[in-house]
Amino acid sequence: MPLNQPIITTIRTRRQEAADVTTISFRYPGEMKPGQFFMVWIPGVDEIPMSVSAIAPTIKAITFRTIGDATQALSELQPGDQLGIRGPYGNGFTITGKRLLFVGGGTGIAMLAPAVEQARKKNRKVTVLLGVTTKNQLFFEKRLQRTGATVLVSTDDGSYGFKGFASDLAKELLKKETFDAVYTCGPEPMMHALLKFSYNIPFQASLERYMKCAIGICGQCCVGKGVRVCVDGPIFDGKALKKIQDFGVYRRDAAGRKTFF
Amino acid sequence: MVQINTTIGTLRLKNPTMLASGVMDEDAGSMQRMIHSGAGAIVTKSIGLSPRDGYANPTIVELEHGLLNAMGLPNPGIDLYGEELHHLRASTVPIIGSIYAADAAEFVTLAQKMHQFGVHALELNVSCPHAKHYGLEVGCDAALLSEIIQSIKQQVPLPVFVKVSPNLMNLIEIVQAVQTAHADAIVAINTVKAMKINLETATPVLANKTGGYSGKAIKPIGVRCVYDIATHTHLPIIGVGGITTGEDAIEYLMAGASAVQIGSAVYYRGPEVFRFICDEIKHWMHHHGYTKLSEVIRAACR
Repeated sequence: MPLNQPIITTIRTRRQEAADVTTISFRYPGEMKPGQFFMVWIPGVDEIPMSVSAIAPTIKAITFRTIGDATQALSELQPGDQLGIRGPYGNGFTITGKRLLFVGGGTGIAMLAPAVEQARKKNRKVTVLLGVTTKNQLFFEKRLQRTGATVLVSTDDGSYGFKGFASDLAKELLKKETFDAVYTCGPEPMMHALLKFSYNIPFQASLERYMKCAIGICGQCCVGKGVRVCVDGPIFDGKALKKIQDFGVYRRDAAGRKTFF
Repeated sequence: MVQINTTIGTLRLKNPTMLASGVMDEDAGSMQRMIHSGAGAIVTKSIGLSPRDGYANPTIVELEHGLLNAMGLPNPGIDLYGEELHHLRASTVPIIGSIYAADAAEFVTLAQKMHQFGVHALELNVSCPHAKHYGLEVGCDAALLSEIIQSIKQQVPLPVFVKVSPNLMNLIEIVQAVQTAHADAIVAINTVKAMKINLETATPVLANKTGGYSGKAIKPIGVRCVYDIATHTHLPIIGVGGITTGEDAIEYLMAGASAVQIGSAVYYRGPEVFRFICDEIKHWMHHHGYTKLSEVIRAACR
């Protein structure tokens, strides 16, 4: 196994996906699963966890919203600029079942895209719900439509598609249609609600926590009874999520203080 | 039948493997997992008076023979940490509260609160190699360290363990001062101050530039420090630094340690490392004709 230290790579492409959502791709050969993540180092700024948003044999991509210093610096990088990557980390999604429902909220959409593509390559029937606050925040709609998946959009303000949260749209859909599995990434209260609406359907959600080491030693990202999001997750099934008392309730900040959702 | 229970002063441990401070110990759930994984005692994250975020990432980088970290003493502060310790009140193994501060008054306040929260002993972090005003900056000053230990011992009825740094030039002077001030045990060693530079970008990888080196590479340094301390003081010693296998632990015990702490090996072998190391210690002792840990402890100090 290579050492867990950043490998310097070069940005290949940069693409503006939506108002403040950017995708950058970079050379990083190797296999990885949808749902896995990298630690992305911007020297002099920060190192942050980022789920993969596109997987090719030698090229990988990440897609992010500009929300802080690190994502601001990332969004300013141009093709040819350097950044450090270590990973991939985490367990990734396991695609099972014939009729699959994917529910992405906000930037959670980014890491679901490669999972949808993988499911469609395996010829599964896929429905994708994309939830954003408003129309100009939407991204990946066309990319996901091209896979042959049924793509539905919800906006909080009703500016496009269904008016309301993606979880509300999912609730309606789960009443009408039968699904073998539900996959989700998005704001935790949304995923928490979705788990309730999904009853006993096999469920996989990607959790996000403040991370430092990403190799399962520092304890920063732990939830429940010492469950390490970086190594034991970030994808958890419904059974595991029901045992994690933090899920949908609180996360911890850099100092380890609880921040309630 | 091989027995591996041990004592550190008045503290009884069912086995000599303790969780080292700073690893999987920022919240109650993590520490509970380490207890279930077989740790004989738990040392908490180093806790200060007020919340502290620690340094920006990167805070850790893996090197060829160990881990280099500069977390920067992140912790929620003593008052909030009390909530975590509350969940450990029914713990079947001793909980040792690690604390850091800049002077005696602060240390006493932290020690009193840790006592209220039900910990069984205190570990003074006077050896973190990368925190301004704290850690090693306190632990290299024999007079200040003596004052801190005496103040705590006068006001708080808990065993006091002092974690020392391998970066000290005056290690023996410091441990003798620790003994004279009536501390109950010495923990040796903290990480070794070190640096990693990324060649492509010509920058240190850690955001803090320097950090503390741990893991296999520092084991001989730790064994030497423990041996030096054992031959210059009569205090119980807890050995720490690069212990990954049962034989690593045996080496520290022979050098003079009564128990050991495990940190980086949680990364190398997973959280179950405590059980692995205990099994390996028993196996080694059985095959070498030892029946009690006391026969191994200080075996090399002749």
